[in-house]
Amino acid sequence: MIKKDLVVVGGGAGGLSAAISAYKNGIKDILILEREDHLGGILHQCIHNGFGLTKFKEELTGPEYAFRHIKEVEELGIEYKLDTQVLNISKDKVVTYSNPKDGLVDVEAKAIVVATGSYERTPGAIMLPGDRVTGITTAGTAQKICNITGYITGKRVVILGSGDIGLIMARRLTLEGAKVVCVAEIMPYSNGLQRNIVQCLNDYNIPLYLSTTVSNVIGKKRVEKVVLSKVDENLRIIPNTEMEIDCDCLVLSVGLIPQTTLFEKLKVNYGNNRGAKVDENLMTEVPGVFTCGNALHIHDLVDFVSEEGDIAGKGAADYLNNKIHESRKITFSNGEGVSYVVPNFVNADSDAKVNVKFRVRKPHKTAKLYIKSGDEVILSRPLLGPVPSVMFNIPLTMDKIRNANNIEVSVIDE
Amino acid sequence: MKNDVLIIGAGVTGSLLARELAKYDLNVVVIEKENDVGNVTSSANSAIVHSGYDPKPGSLKALLNHRGCLKYPKLCDELDVSFSNCGTLTLVDDESQWPQFKALLERSKENGVPVEVLNAEQVRKLEPNVADNVLGGFLAKEAGIVNPFELVVHAMENAVDNGVKLHLNEEVISIKDNGDYFEVKTNQAIYETKVVINAAGLYSDKVASMEEDIDWHIIPRKGEYILLDRLSTPLVSRPIFPLPSEKGKGILVAPTTAGNVFMGPSSEPQEDKDDYSTDGATLANVRSNAFRLVKNIPTRETIRVFAGVRATPSTHDFVIGPSKKNDKFINVAGIESPGLASSPAIAEYVIDNFVSKVLELKEKKDFNPRVRKHIKMKLLSKEERNRLIKENPDFGKVVCNCETVSLGEIKDELSRSVPPHSIKGVKRRTRAGFGRCQGGYCLGIVSMTLANHYHIDETEVDYDGLGTNLIIDEIKKVKHD
Repeated sequence: MIKKDLVVVGGGAGGLSAAISAYKNGIKDILILEREDHLGGILHQCIHNGFGLTKFKEELTGPEYAFRHIKEVEELGIEYKLDTQVLNISKDKVVTYSNPKDGLVDVEAKAIVVATGSYERTPGAIMLPGDRVTGITTAGTAQKICNITGYITGKRVVILGSGDIGLIMARRLTLEGAKVVCVAEIMPYSNGLQRNIVQCLNDYNIPLYLSTTVSNVIGKKRVEKVVLSKVDENLRIIPNTEMEIDCDCLVLSVGLIPQTTLFEKLKVNYGNNRGAKVDENLMTEVPGVFTCGNALHIHDLVDFVSEEGDIAGKGAADYLNNKIHESRKITFSNGEGVSYVVPNFVNADSDAKVNVKFRVRKPHKTAKLYIKSGDEVILSRPLLGPVPSVMFNIPLTMDKIRNANNIEVSVIDE
Repeated sequence: MKNDVLIIGAGVTGSLLARELAKYDLNVVVIEKENDVGNVTSSANSAIVHSGYDPKPGSLKALLNHRGCLKYPKLCDELDVSFSNCGTLTLVDDESQWPQFKALLERSKENGVPVEVLNAEQVRKLEPNVADNVLGGFLAKEAGIVNPFELVVHAMENAVDNGVKLHLNEEVISIKDNGDYFEVKTNQAIYETKVVINAAGLYSDKVASMEEDIDWHIIPRKGEYILLDRLSTPLVSRPIFPLPSEKGKGILVAPTTAGNVFMGPSSEPQEDKDDYSTDGATLANVRSNAFRLVKNIPTRETIRVFAGVRATPSTHDFVIGPSKKNDKFINVAGIESPGLASSPAIAEYVIDNFVSKVLELKEKKDFNPRVRKHIKMKLLSKEERNRLIKENPDFGKVVCNCETVSLGEIKDELSRSVPPHSIKGVKRRTRAGFGRCQGGYCLGIVSMTLANHYHIDETEVDYDGLGTNLIIDEIKKVKHD
């Protein structure tokens, strides 16, 4: 059987950074497995700018951001395989992949980073009501069809959900000549970044209807109309608030879900973020198996995906160099006002720095963050206008938490 | 040249009839208004092979259901169709239901269908996730679940491989009865045929009316479903039913042959035969009824909601037999539940009782009951997979991540005698796009593969029926009105 020190599953932003980071921390025997025919993952279809502001202090497009990492992987001579789908990871860390050239191959890995990204929540998952017609697509699929294949899915478009990809696609489809009639968002606030609302909707006079959802889709073969309705505070449709809109395409931007299929056989536990539970090195409950990026939790900025790749890659290197010593686990959980926390546990004897990542459940004008161990406040700080679309990343030093058992992160309205 | 038999409709009824008729030296043509076989009622149902305990004794449903059920193991082996003889469980969850339960046991006895009565503890041993208020039930061991897409496609493939001709996208406009032969006019052609078999499903009353005045009609009855992802720990191992009611077999929780779980169907008569819409209130009701039978249903794993429309006959029994005017016009109509289970027996019944009376049936010597094995990489051993990939590298290219489907499998389906013409056609045959991302990843590759195969532009690739292309134009060419 082929043996590798480290197998990285996924050659997108997270996987590339993990491989580079592991390499720089002394691991040379690395194999990246990528299902597409190029490295870079989803970045290739993200042809808009806004990438790299944190990591490179300049504004890049998705393909440019990807290229910098691909170039580094090439220069370091890290081995990768394209057109390669990983089918299974076994408990003893045998990675089974398939590609047209090698066939079905088992690789025995000493460490693994799972950086498989995410998939989009579908019309079925939100139980979209109405006629079964064509012309309904998710925003990422519309983006791929537009930016990679060179086609368009509609001339008069309604977008449901104000996630970032939906906002980006509102602008993109407008630039391609389509009329984006409106964006409807079921929540009373947008789930996208403020800069995207300004640059993708406001600049093009595309209205955003909050507390509004699709209550019906009407059409024979293709979407002919969608009916929008207002929702109450429990997200239930309010009768007699219908607004019929003629359109030939409905684009859904209703969330991303971590792609965790490969953890199925490993019987790991999942956090509220729907990714595998991890420690401060982003190691899962299976020793030697790490995860990062959107496969772990959904990020708003690719720069933070890369940063997580760095941590997972270094973690994998430390694991391979026997520098990771498992010790008593301090658990992290989300309290009031917080939807999830990463990591889920921290080794009490660790000397790594701990980046606590979380999202708030709802927008606040002003709020206060509390990181507590029981009643003891370890850290508190005011948060200015936190919104669910922005991921928080708070560094903690070990000396502050070393003696704790359970740490709870909460955000309270002030 | 006149055809011997013209079958109108390529649902499960028409396809199994075609396959049964292919055993004889006959000239058989099937016409279907959709762009694929099994595109309507046969592709949106509960996919259960009922054992036949509950049809009214003496009815055609009672006669044909149990017979049909017993034919499934051999049929699915010959046609390479996923089938599991897992049985079905019918439950009592309220003391007031015992009299009805006993009546149902009596009925099963009359219908000659064995069932095994279970107390609450025995039920829980079989199905640990049944709801806490379940008091007992019975197991119908002969019942099972089937992949209905494969059943229809493979049956028609086998029919075509044995000489039957299939014409898609042809809708019947009129039928002229000339006594010893019929002229059937479609939107494409005129067929002369000695025998007509009307297996037109929801539209079978309309087709029957082209021959004679009829005293029955089809009531479209919608059933809405919620489909869950494949679960890492099984929720139920066999279909779980409540006691049946006038409205049908009730809302059930059942596994599919692929390991998904579904809840449904609702049961509402409607005017429109082509209304497949779903709505929130109905699905909420489906959910709450499902929770009455089974606990711990992970509704977060919902990946799709859909509706099927049943062809309910106004007579409440299958309408099978010749027209009063001409015994060479044979109706096979109103095939609602347990239609899927009955369909293999229906085919035989129609031929033995009606076709054989009007045509001379001579068995073909070279009839091959088997289809060429449909390749499912996921289920093969590592050695077999590597052998296939070496022969054809497309089998190594995994196109659908969720369901592990390779490009080779899609191309193999395209090379067969009943190939897919739409993205949905590929999905039904291979399961590409059936998983949690619902084609989010594979849609592009499937679309491109179809375009290349049929030498068409991607704007001409249909998602489902004709004129359902998802992609409408190239970029830079679009201008809104």
